[in-house]
Amino acid sequence: MAIDYTQKIPNNVNLADDRTLQRALEQWQPNFITWWDDVGPEGSTNHEVYLRTATSVDPQGWAVFDYVKMRDYRWGIFLNPADAERQIHFGDHKGEKAWQDVPGEHRANLRRIIVTQGDTEPASVEQQRHLGLTAPSLYDLRNLFQVNVEEGRHLWAMVYLLQKFFGRDGREEAGALLERTSGDANNPRILGAFNEKTPDWLAFFMFTYFTDRDGKFQLAALAESAFDPLARTTKFMLTEEAHHMFVGESGVSRVLQRTAQVMNELKTDDPALVRAAGAIDLGTIQRYLNFHYSVTIDLFGADQSSNAATFYSSGLKGRYEEGKRSDDHVLKGQTYKVLEVQNGQLGEKEVPMLNALNEVLRDDFIKDSIAGIGRWNKVLEKAGLTQRLAAPHKAFNRKIGALAGIRMSPDGRVVSDEEWKAKESEWLPSPADFAFVASLMGPVLEPGKFAGWIAPPAMGINKNPVDFEYVRFG
Amino acid sequence: METATDDAGVIKQHLIDPEICIRCNTCEATCPVGAITHDERNYVVRADVCNYCMACIAPCPTGSIDNWRTMPKVRAYAIEEQFTWDELPPELTPEQLAADGVAPEAAARAAAEPVLAVKPEAANGEAPFNSAAFGATVPPWSAAHAYTNLFGPKSPTTATVVGNVNCTEAGFHNQTHHIVLDFGAIPFPVLEGQSIGIVPPGVDANGRPHVARQYSVASPRNGERPGYNNVSLTVKRVTEDHHGKPVRGVASNYLCDLKVGDTVQVIGPFGQSFLMPNHPKSHIVMICTGTGSAPMRAMTEWRRRLRKSGKFESGKLMLFFGARTREELPYFGPLQSLPKDFIDINFAFSRTPGQPKKYVQDLIHERAVDLVPLLSDANSHFYVCGLKAMEEGVVLALRDVAVGAELDWAGAIGPALKQEGRLHLETY
Repeated sequence: MAIDYTQKIPNNVNLADDRTLQRALEQWQPNFITWWDDVGPEGSTNHEVYLRTATSVDPQGWAVFDYVKMRDYRWGIFLNPADAERQIHFGDHKGEKAWQDVPGEHRANLRRIIVTQGDTEPASVEQQRHLGLTAPSLYDLRNLFQVNVEEGRHLWAMVYLLQKFFGRDGREEAGALLERTSGDANNPRILGAFNEKTPDWLAFFMFTYFTDRDGKFQLAALAESAFDPLARTTKFMLTEEAHHMFVGESGVSRVLQRTAQVMNELKTDDPALVRAAGAIDLGTIQRYLNFHYSVTIDLFGADQSSNAATFYSSGLKGRYEEGKRSDDHVLKGQTYKVLEVQNGQLGEKEVPMLNALNEVLRDDFIKDSIAGIGRWNKVLEKAGLTQRLAAPHKAFNRKIGALAGIRMSPDGRVVSDEEWKAKESEWLPSPADFAFVASLMGPVLEPGKFAGWIAPPAMGINKNPVDFEYVRFG
Repeated sequence: METATDDAGVIKQHLIDPEICIRCNTCEATCPVGAITHDERNYVVRADVCNYCMACIAPCPTGSIDNWRTMPKVRAYAIEEQFTWDELPPELTPEQLAADGVAPEAAARAAAEPVLAVKPEAANGEAPFNSAAFGATVPPWSAAHAYTNLFGPKSPTTATVVGNVNCTEAGFHNQTHHIVLDFGAIPFPVLEGQSIGIVPPGVDANGRPHVARQYSVASPRNGERPGYNNVSLTVKRVTEDHHGKPVRGVASNYLCDLKVGDTVQVIGPFGQSFLMPNHPKSHIVMICTGTGSAPMRAMTEWRRRLRKSGKFESGKLMLFFGARTREELPYFGPLQSLPKDFIDINFAFSRTPGQPKKYVQDLIHERAVDLVPLLSDANSHFYVCGLKAMEEGVVLALRDVAVGAELDWAGAIGPALKQEGRLHLETY
């Protein structure tokens, strides 16, 4: 299959002159399209969607808006502009020149990092594939599809690194990224949260708020990497990731706004009455939050990890905003406090900082997440309500690390198995909650109209009005 | 010098809406001059550092970045104050502005001006070159008053085709038509540089009425035929897209196929800044490609008609005109017959067999010696019209010519061209 490289694949990696990469992509691209057709957004082939496409990395070129059929979306390969003088700024190689190629001794680890990151991108498209059928508005449908095509582009970005720098195994790994499937018992996606279902739009908003924020922190840590092409790729991806978090943050915010409005109109905080009025009660929203928060913080990995130490010391993966921190950027002999269970109770212990870097990144994520929950609470405050949302305790519902398996209430008490069983449906979404939220889901496809459980956004996309025809149905 | 501040000490202060912002840090990471910072609570813009380069606007996922308040410069909100906000403050009232010595006219002017400015830093190349930032949004001071939007999409008027000829020597696929429309007794006053919209009949593939296509008028203000209520258009028949794929342009083929006596639905006129100067000694430098020649033809023709009056004797006309080949260049024949002492014409052909490709920006470099005095003369007005792809190259070429002659483009000429309505960009 012939590809017109400059037009079809916007890029700033000189693809037109790179025959090896061209051949690898020629093999891979048809499989990507097949994958998109098979497990990408369902029933969307003929939709014309008002999408943002990056055609270059400068401020003018990276946000080009137009109607596009998603199958024809121009997935591009972009690296942030290079800095010829860039130095490694943390770990044992600090002060050396950044690597333009993969050093042999770090090859396996770098490949693993890139494959793990790359695997999450198609996974979330798969998780979200049915949501287009129940979009609460054209505006939201467009935002979903924008997230989907950008996850697709992020896959391309990772595939580019694999094919360009990792030879044959890289090409094989690139192929395997299209073979694993979210939730497939035989060949699942690598990370747990990416095998969970995204059954409804509230879950989608929570996912884009929390789980895509994990993406933000992982990408930000990789953007510090000594392997310069990885750093530049992930830096550019962060700009797109911001849109995903916008969808999540504003989505939940609009759900809250609508719920608050219904509560005020009915002058009630009775969940049954709120539900009867077609809005989502605050308890359900809190339970969804608890679930997505706890599943997502598991993604950062074990709280003590020698891999994390190796990745840092060898310069493969830095900390969030490494460049803005004022320590020695080597971290030898320093310590960090992590949680552990002692005699059935939670306690803190000091461990070597290098081994605790997963925990450091998790704590940065938690801080960022909680700030956004604070902004959600502003919506309730503004509506004159006294109820507030809160992040659950860090040890709540954990499946990975030292806290896995302990029974912890959202407010941080160790509880018995009996209490957990009795309260689980107050703390995590129950089948009844999912069934209720599912009952609200249904397509609203008239421009400017919104489903009854969500408020319209404050403004449209790219300065268009809220009632703009964001998706045209072919 | 910055056009978002004026002499009265008013600025358009750039602010971020804390209610909509999601604190994603994209703007701070994008800002080339470090004007954006944050604390635990808000992202904020330093008014004294922001140079209005707009690099942060497109990447913002929420639109919260695009907020502006008309403020007395001395009262600009400090970042410490912005950090405390839960929502944006309202615009100051005229009374509040007046209390700080800002005259109502100055405030109104600042409020009305779109924020798209250029500061020396941006022009020095420290930020990516953005040709659009140099384009004026105001007309030259001696422009005539333009009427706009007399007929909107909901109430188009009707014009009759009174002429329709191929004005190139090219065959069907590359031809450009010169089309004359007569308005009869309907008032439809247009100025050189303005455009009108044509509504093609019928519906598109989705069953909706076609949207209007805009065309610059190619005729001067007193009519294609002097003293008649008609206008001319320059329309290229579109038979392929930018990538050479066959595609049939709806409006262009409709127009090129019209017969004399047919009627068309017209809306407009549009445009109130791409207008010609009318004062004695004003110079006009025109840079165009293809059908971008339409407004240039209109301005040239108006000057030609006034030539006998002697009013513009010392005002120069200079034309840089590019096309793929001589055959495809609209009005090539008639242009050749204009007196050399009336207009200085330079052609660039990018696809002449056996000859190196030549673009209008190459011509600009070649004619640097003659352009330097024009660039440093406040009576000179520059007009650029044609394909989007030419815009940056042309403005860069003008800058290079200025810089090559050790003129101060960044601090003086560039900003002055914009502020005084002397550089107009119309590309598509």
